[in-house]
Amino acid sequence: MESSYLSGRKGQIVTKGKEGASIECSKQSLAGSVSQRACVFCGSRVVLYPVTDALHIIHGPIGCASYTWDIRGALSSGREIYRNSYSTDLREKHVIFGGETQLYNALTELIAELKPKAAFVYSTCIVGLIGDDVEAICKKVQIENGIPVLPVQSEGFQGSKKDGYKIACDALGKLIGTRNDKEVSPISLNILGDFNLAGELWMLKDYYEKMGIQINATITGDGRVDDICNAHKAALNVVQCSGSMMHLAKDMKEKYGIPFMKVSYFGIEDMSDALYEVANFFKDDILFDRARKLVSEELGKLLPALSFYREKLQGKKAAIYVGGAFKAISLVKALRLIGMQTVVVGSQTGNADDYQLLTELCDEGTIIVDDSNPNELSHFVKQTGADLFIGGVKERPIAHKMGIGFCDHNHERKEALAGYEGMLNFAKEVYASATSPVWQFTRKTTIATPEMNKATTRG
Amino acid sequence: MIATTPYKPYASTRNACKLCTPLGACVAFKGVKGCVPLIHGSQGCATYIRRYMISHYREPVDIASSSFSEEAAVFGGNKLFNTGITNIRKTYQPECIAITSTCLSETIGEDVPKLIKEYQAVHGDENLPAFVYASTPSYKGTHLDGFHEAVLALVKAFAKEGKTNNSVNLFPGFVSPEDLRYLKDVLEDFELEYQLVPDYSESLDNPNWEEYTRMPEGGTPVEKIAETGIARASIEFGHVFNKGNLSAKASQKSKVQTAGEYLEEHFDVQNYQQGLPMGIKACDTFFAYLEKLSGKTTPRHHVKERGRLIDSYVDGHKIVFGKRAVVYGEEDLVIATVAFLEEIGIQSVMVVSGANSGLLEKKIKQILDKEPDDLLIIPDGDFETMREKAAAVKPDLFIGSSKAYYITRALGIPLIRTGFPIHDRFGAQRVMHLGYKGTQQLFDRIVNALMEYKQEKSPVGYKYL
Repeated sequence: MESSYLSGRKGQIVTKGKEGASIECSKQSLAGSVSQRACVFCGSRVVLYPVTDALHIIHGPIGCASYTWDIRGALSSGREIYRNSYSTDLREKHVIFGGETQLYNALTELIAELKPKAAFVYSTCIVGLIGDDVEAICKKVQIENGIPVLPVQSEGFQGSKKDGYKIACDALGKLIGTRNDKEVSPISLNILGDFNLAGELWMLKDYYEKMGIQINATITGDGRVDDICNAHKAALNVVQCSGSMMHLAKDMKEKYGIPFMKVSYFGIEDMSDALYEVANFFKDDILFDRARKLVSEELGKLLPALSFYREKLQGKKAAIYVGGAFKAISLVKALRLIGMQTVVVGSQTGNADDYQLLTELCDEGTIIVDDSNPNELSHFVKQTGADLFIGGVKERPIAHKMGIGFCDHNHERKEALAGYEGMLNFAKEVYASATSPVWQFTRKTTIATPEMNKATTRG
Repeated sequence: MIATTPYKPYASTRNACKLCTPLGACVAFKGVKGCVPLIHGSQGCATYIRRYMISHYREPVDIASSSFSEEAAVFGGNKLFNTGITNIRKTYQPECIAITSTCLSETIGEDVPKLIKEYQAVHGDENLPAFVYASTPSYKGTHLDGFHEAVLALVKAFAKEGKTNNSVNLFPGFVSPEDLRYLKDVLEDFELEYQLVPDYSESLDNPNWEEYTRMPEGGTPVEKIAETGIARASIEFGHVFNKGNLSAKASQKSKVQTAGEYLEEHFDVQNYQQGLPMGIKACDTFFAYLEKLSGKTTPRHHVKERGRLIDSYVDGHKIVFGKRAVVYGEEDLVIATVAFLEEIGIQSVMVVSGANSGLLEKKIKQILDKEPDDLLIIPDGDFETMREKAAAVKPDLFIGSSKAYYITRALGIPLIRTGFPIHDRFGAQRVMHLGYKGTQQLFDRIVNALMEYKQEKSPVGYKYL
């Protein structure tokens, strides 16, 4: 079966306990492999997308803007400028004569109309090629309008999605430290790398606030430009989705001396650790007691509710293919909690450390994969007999066509899966999909029964 | 009176009412049997287009990318192109590889036909798939230009010379898989041999699989597309196609043609054009032509379907009469919808398309029986412009893709989902638009939406309407 993988891809697929060598990762996608990854622009766009009161304008032909219009489940408690899609919609004449005037006019009219707190200007593939000086235009518009106008130079071909994360972090870095007009407590933190999908950030904020911690900036879920500008005043950065946000956390540590910790909010263990470790950081017994109380209250509600699902799902097998590897790690643990075993796990953008952790965590025989594609994923499912697939929109039809359940754990989802409440939602969704009666019609074994075959032979 | 906005009022496009050209080309290429599309550009183009199509069709949509790197953008993408083709061949064993360009590859001047020739020369002794290439720079036109460009590219690449046979070509335009299945049924009912290009009725709407298949079934085989050159006639649905003067490829100095026009000029295949058959009149025209081509009268069950449609027009006429509709989307779908609405007494009050052929007003005027009282046409429009103008035109309903939902939600009026994309409802693959049957479904949906609206807004709550 392994011969059906493309030769250029073999190093990115390992089976725990079989291969000695570590997995290859952080490579450019192989041409023709039908990678599930997007591009640099996509990386920048997903990170900055939830900054709610900024103008996000995409400089290029229309596609990149169309495909990213209001597609995420990232919610706002305030303005909703970010839910619109603004584009310079470059035409042939711009490609020939340049798009700078078009960009200038577009920015000027949109800033006048929307009065955003800042503007992010995303460059797409052709912008550099046609020689537009986006930085100069941004500078000019910034001076004229008195708001930060930030170039996000995310030409699709200049690396991978992960490089786009870094470019987005750099743009955020330019905002941070530019204001000092917010009262920030010494017991405060910034939440990095939660995108407030289905309001998840609000649950986390509520947990931390119950412990007595001030949430300074949320980057970027339910993000506000003014808060981001004041983000340097927090005592601590907690970083989820480390693939996208570590760069910013490291940058802030260097510039402002703000320490950071990697956390995850998926599953009970990781969620609880995210609270305890923060309490530990502040070396405050009161915080720790409050965290303990909160965790025990939440678990008191959650564990009895989960036991039903654990019983029903015991022994079922799951395949995971998601964007970031750190999320995959949490998912493996969360699945264990409901009795399920992970048999395939992979990500689009994991790094060597992530994969090392995954390898340590997983059972022998688990397939671990970087930057996979429909062909491989369908093989893995068949090979391992997975009952459920966890992924995004592009993985869903693979699962469904193979007759197994599917749980959407991507940025487009509208269900909260983080926190304690989210763990229960996760169990419910997995249960609903894995145990649905519809699979009786899709599994090959149920199509022809021996009796029917006999009847046919006789006839 | 018809008023057309003379130019785009904003420099920016705010919530675009169009998609980019390679998407349309990929949809069309999915309608070729055993075909894998390859987008020659950055990895994101393929992934975004796949995601957008998967959300609509709820099917696996494998589209490869040459995954441009910075080096390729500077020195050319030939190496990645070759690797891409070889990897697709290994993974999919395709019968056809269909390549589309992107804004990136067009801007750096990639010569894809040359790349194909070079690949064929190097791998000449191997069993190679058929190749076809559509030039689809996303800064020219919309996804519909890409779609028609791909259909044209298919006949240009594969149509063969020979003795004319008795078959008919049907170029249906960008319609749903269910529409395509219906059209095939109709042609078969008339006992016509046919080439349907493209035909993604199965490849983008597969039945459940017993085994995961890398290459979905369905699609028109390349050998069948070859026969478009020896068919006795072509039928193509549309008024605008890809021939709008503003999206025309002036720089290439080549004539903008549709597939049917190309076959007529080069292969002497008589071409017959009409708008998408929506509504009694347009369907009658289509069926009359099928009668002529087949020498048969319309089969009984289609006559009955037509009769039932008229009967329902009568039963529902008061519910729809005088209602005011906003119609938006691809130009040809919009024009056909406006014509259908006219025959049931719904007034189109605002028509918006993201495309900018320069033909929209002219074609609407031609197709309507009488000039409407007031109709605002917005070419090169977007959803924000639509939203700003919407309240003033006092609409009762919107007809088009999912993407106007935020506008109809604010206005509290129904949205009838047609065309592409339908991302917020189930069964987009099975939404019908064409023929007596498709019109029936659309008419029923419109009537029911208006009844539901009235019922919900009524203080009484009648359950007997």
